[in-house]
Amino acid sequence: MIKLVDVNKHFGLHHVLKDINLEVPMGEKLVVIGPSGGGKSTLIRCINMLERPSSGHVVVDAVDLMAHRAPIAKIRQSVAMVFQSFNLYPHKTVLENCTLAPIVVKGVPKEEATETALGYLERVGLREKADQYPAQLSGGQQQRVAIARALNMHPKVMLFDEPTSALDPEMIQEVLDVIIGLAHSGITMVVVTHEMGFAHEAADRVVFLDDGMIIEEGTPEHFFKNPQHDRTKLFLSKILR
Amino acid sequence: MSGLFQNIGFLQQGPFSIPRWEALFSHLDVLGQGALVTLLVASLGLALALALGTVIGVMSTSHWKILRGIARVYVEFFQNTPLLIQVFMLYNALPMLYPQVMIPVIVIGIMGVGMYHGAYIGEVVRAGIQSIGRGQLEAALAQGFSYVGAMRYIIIPQAMRIVLPPLTNQAVNLIKNTSVIAIIAGGDLMYAGDSFAGRYGHYGPTYIVVGLGYFLMCFPLAVLTRRLEDRTKGV
Repeated sequence: MIKLVDVNKHFGLHHVLKDINLEVPMGEKLVVIGPSGGGKSTLIRCINMLERPSSGHVVVDAVDLMAHRAPIAKIRQSVAMVFQSFNLYPHKTVLENCTLAPIVVKGVPKEEATETALGYLERVGLREKADQYPAQLSGGQQQRVAIARALNMHPKVMLFDEPTSALDPEMIQEVLDVIIGLAHSGITMVVVTHEMGFAHEAADRVVFLDDGMIIEEGTPEHFFKNPQHDRTKLFLSKILR
Repeated sequence: MSGLFQNIGFLQQGPFSIPRWEALFSHLDVLGQGALVTLLVASLGLALALALGTVIGVMSTSHWKILRGIARVYVEFFQNTPLLIQVFMLYNALPMLYPQVMIPVIVIGIMGVGMYHGAYIGEVVRAGIQSIGRGQLEAALAQGFSYVGAMRYIIIPQAMRIVLPPLTNQAVNLIKNTSVIAIIAGGDLMYAGDSFAGRYGHYGPTYIVVGLGYFLMCFPLAVLTRRLEDRTKGV
């Protein structure tokens, strides 16, 4: 479903991603962990080309997005992203947030987009907030709306870029519960997170990224019981306490 | 009635004498027609300025260097040369280049204030767009919006709320600046007043009434600007 081949990314002199090779088969739940500044966010943002790699190939749904005139916008319709800072559209209601792109970008009839949006809002427990504006919601509620907005594109892939890092502690679980619920559906997921409990519960595979390189990868059990590299051990010892 | 003021000289003679006022008020329809021309030039000029300003503002924030460059040149050219020269160019110089082209004076007025204030509105729109967080553009792009689509549906509607007060301010300036076409016989309020006043020397009363006419067009917008500013601060 997703394939990164020899991906490098430079920000000026800073070499953020170094020869990344990563494949995510359809339906897999991949969790990316690692210290801040290690390149996690850049990696996930390369998958939908919010960051353009300096070199290499990003293949999504059999399309090489690095190719000349690649249909990036088209692919993005089926690769939804949930951001750390929600990025809901503040001038639109909760419902409109969920229906705008399906109607405008995909050409879904308004009634249909509304109906499916209300279904997804129900799923994230916020149907009764449909007519409110994002500013009237708590952070946790906003992020759940952002997930409903992403789902209403009926994506093949969901990208989560630290979806709970901007939340107050008491709101983290309500968002994680929604994401875990999603993980049980067949959708392909890539999640950048610091929530190890979530990784343990939802991930098929965990990748540890540090200094722009994939240091270690394996099942959640492998990581939490038997990590191999010193850097992985050091990171996990700091974060699991 | 006039006997009462017999000994008060300035009401009988001089620039503000009663006969001058009387003459003016019996020709108010001339000023009225001029005011209609001013309103026409101002409203169509504003429409042009808003359209140009939005395009220039979006170009100024584009990731394409060439578009930013074009927008920059446009803004600097129109902001740093007098409107009067731009109008003279259209009125005097252009027909020498293309003798077959005769642009009506009203159209010259619309183009003049439209392009001139388009530059200023472009800067206002640019500042508004840049005040919207980068995350909004990223969220829209990530959903498959094109850059133009993201601007149209996500960024500009939000930016418009922020730029409404400075925009109304630009509208006020635009209305006042339509008076430059008086110099090329534009038939607007300023021209109507000036040609009437010049015929008989009724300058004093005429300029006061013409000024009042502009005031009546601009003041409501100025009040609106202040209201909008208060509302923006309120949120």
